[in-house]
Amino acid sequence: MTDQILKQERTTTDAVGTKRAVRITDTTLRDGSHPMRHMFTEQQVRAIVRELDDANIEVIEVSHGDGLGGSSFNYGFSGTDELKLIRAAADEAKRAKIAALLLPGVGTVADLKRAQDAGISVVRVATHCTEADTSYQHFGAARDLGLETVGFLMLSHRVSPEKLAEQAAIQVDAGCQCVYVVDSAGALILDQAKDRVAAVVDRIGKDAQVGFHGHQNLSLGVANSILAYQAGARQIDGALSALGAGAGNSPTEVLAVNFERLGVNTELDTDKLLHAAENVVRPILPALPYMDRGSITQGQAGVYSSFLKHAERAAERYGVPAHEILARIGERGYVGGQEDMIIDVALEMLNEQSDPNIVGAK
Amino acid sequence: MAEDFQGRPTTAAIIGSGNIGTDLMFKLIRRSKFITPKYMIGIDPRSDGLARAERMGLIPSAGGLDWLLSLPTEELPDIVFDATSAKAHAAAAPRLAEKGIVAVDLTPAAVGPFCSPAVSDNVDPASMNVNMITCGGQATIPIVYAVTRVTGQPEYAEIVASLSSKGAGPGTRANIDEFTETTAKAIEEVGGAKRGKAIIILNPVEPPMKMRNTVFVAVPAEYAEPGPKQDELTASIKQMVAEVQKYVPGYSMKSEPQYDAPRDIWGGLARVAVFLEVVGAGDYLPDYAGNLDIITAASAHIGDILMEYRIAHPVKGTPQHVEFRAATEAPLPGSAAARALKQAAAHDTSKDAEGAKA
Repeated sequence: MTDQILKQERTTTDAVGTKRAVRITDTTLRDGSHPMRHMFTEQQVRAIVRELDDANIEVIEVSHGDGLGGSSFNYGFSGTDELKLIRAAADEAKRAKIAALLLPGVGTVADLKRAQDAGISVVRVATHCTEADTSYQHFGAARDLGLETVGFLMLSHRVSPEKLAEQAAIQVDAGCQCVYVVDSAGALILDQAKDRVAAVVDRIGKDAQVGFHGHQNLSLGVANSILAYQAGARQIDGALSALGAGAGNSPTEVLAVNFERLGVNTELDTDKLLHAAENVVRPILPALPYMDRGSITQGQAGVYSSFLKHAERAAERYGVPAHEILARIGERGYVGGQEDMIIDVALEMLNEQSDPNIVGAK
Repeated sequence: MAEDFQGRPTTAAIIGSGNIGTDLMFKLIRRSKFITPKYMIGIDPRSDGLARAERMGLIPSAGGLDWLLSLPTEELPDIVFDATSAKAHAAAAPRLAEKGIVAVDLTPAAVGPFCSPAVSDNVDPASMNVNMITCGGQATIPIVYAVTRVTGQPEYAEIVASLSSKGAGPGTRANIDEFTETTAKAIEEVGGAKRGKAIIILNPVEPPMKMRNTVFVAVPAEYAEPGPKQDELTASIKQMVAEVQKYVPGYSMKSEPQYDAPRDIWGGLARVAVFLEVVGAGDYLPDYAGNLDIITAASAHIGDILMEYRIAHPVKGTPQHVEFRAATEAPLPGSAAARALKQAAAHDTSKDAEGAKA
């Protein structure tokens, strides 16, 4: 690839590729993998992709909830190999591009190549919001492979807008065409989301697009997304029926209706999205996305949303409340990927309960 | 700050004067039985690492490997610790071997076999070149092996290494796949699992977190039940933790091994989980840099094992430094070779192959 082409590709004012004012990327089949405990079937993937594609969604993300290579003891094994699911999605999509998530440290360039062979044309590389420089290898490989690139700065609430903008610049330097402010904990409240997006747009807006990925833990996913758009974000994530980690993602169908009402062109068929959410996704939901004590605690304490199911499991196994585990995880500042520390914290709490020297022990 | 580390029977050069090389220097100075660190080799004459080494009494050089290998034979080190990069070590390895210098490779180059000192079957003391895997590998692979030796080959083993962001240098960050891939391979080759997986997470929290490692191994269903089988496995794991503690004092298990009942999604197998922490010894790096501490501690330890063997077997076995030197010229009085030969003559163990195991 020549420098000239790289330069052109890096200028992503046209990355949306259509007359769309904002691109809604659907992550039902990736972030939704968490509440599904990574048990999506090929049939479910085909059905959902068919609906999303028909509603004119431009990018559909499919992979293990923790990204390529996420199938593991630590994050939960996939019921069906993600490459098989990606292949099915690519086979089903007539217009939409298939994307996959990749967390450096979990997935590798080898995983990326296999995913490309299976049919992805977009990769979204996710780092913690202070660790952008771990993405060079993967963005570099993605650009060499001719993939469209998106960067995720996870748990964006943990740093100031200025700091976040610096990290966004590192991802752009690594080869990223759109940097997302990712509210992994659903912890950002209105202006906190908007200010971060604005700071990132100011810093990298000439070289790359900016996106926003919200969660509903404090019920602000959609509102934050609209503010993000107003601050200059041009890619926004959603999931049908909010199917995502924690209390779920901003529902794709709700985002679409809101933008329609605001006169912002998404080029989406809202009727078809409403149908897909109601008739295709809702019947397979393990539970209705809901702001329960655990997920609200995640928003409150700033905890990575996908920790919820793991905390519930540890709570069941060790008899300590999930929300207390999550609160302590927040105090410790654990980041995305450290699911093993949920068991560690539960064990620690169990030991405290049985230690007579600790006040309040049972 | 004079510490008496001169006059040990063998000498070492450390290549790479950064954090790892400096920490290793202090570990050799303070704890090695057989090795006098003699040279610190860098590429930047203004580096802090070279200046610090000089203050400690080492000979510093910014001339790289070329400078070191240009020394007269009798001045060459017996062992080199390479803390540079995979690419640099791949180029250095044959040149060191040609001179008969033993190499401990702290890079992911993996020219020589993977080495975890606690996995005794894995250590051939006659090796000319050993690779130290990764920091996460040093912390976790002994535990995988402790499971393997009880249950037989596990179908699958997985490790999660969490490091403080401050403990992860630019090399690790730019090549993070090298960590996951090298560690996964060593989980199989050294740990004994049929399939290995490694995950690395960097955490920027302040104050910095200590290095944490979690080991998950798939085990047959019967180990999930309390009883003699489970007790045997727990004992093996605890024994291995004690073994690693011998050379990494800050290594500990945070809780009892956790046994989870079989699940369908685990292929009907059960799971044992071991939660580990590594607190650095603070030789040079702060205690949160347990990830660097464990690899330098393991390297210093294996260095002693390799040199103990060389001293005992100066004229026997594969091409080795002392043999090379003895074969080409009479050792200079007072040189490492002369000392080694003298020791060997005093305790002639060269006919006793069994006595070789350190």
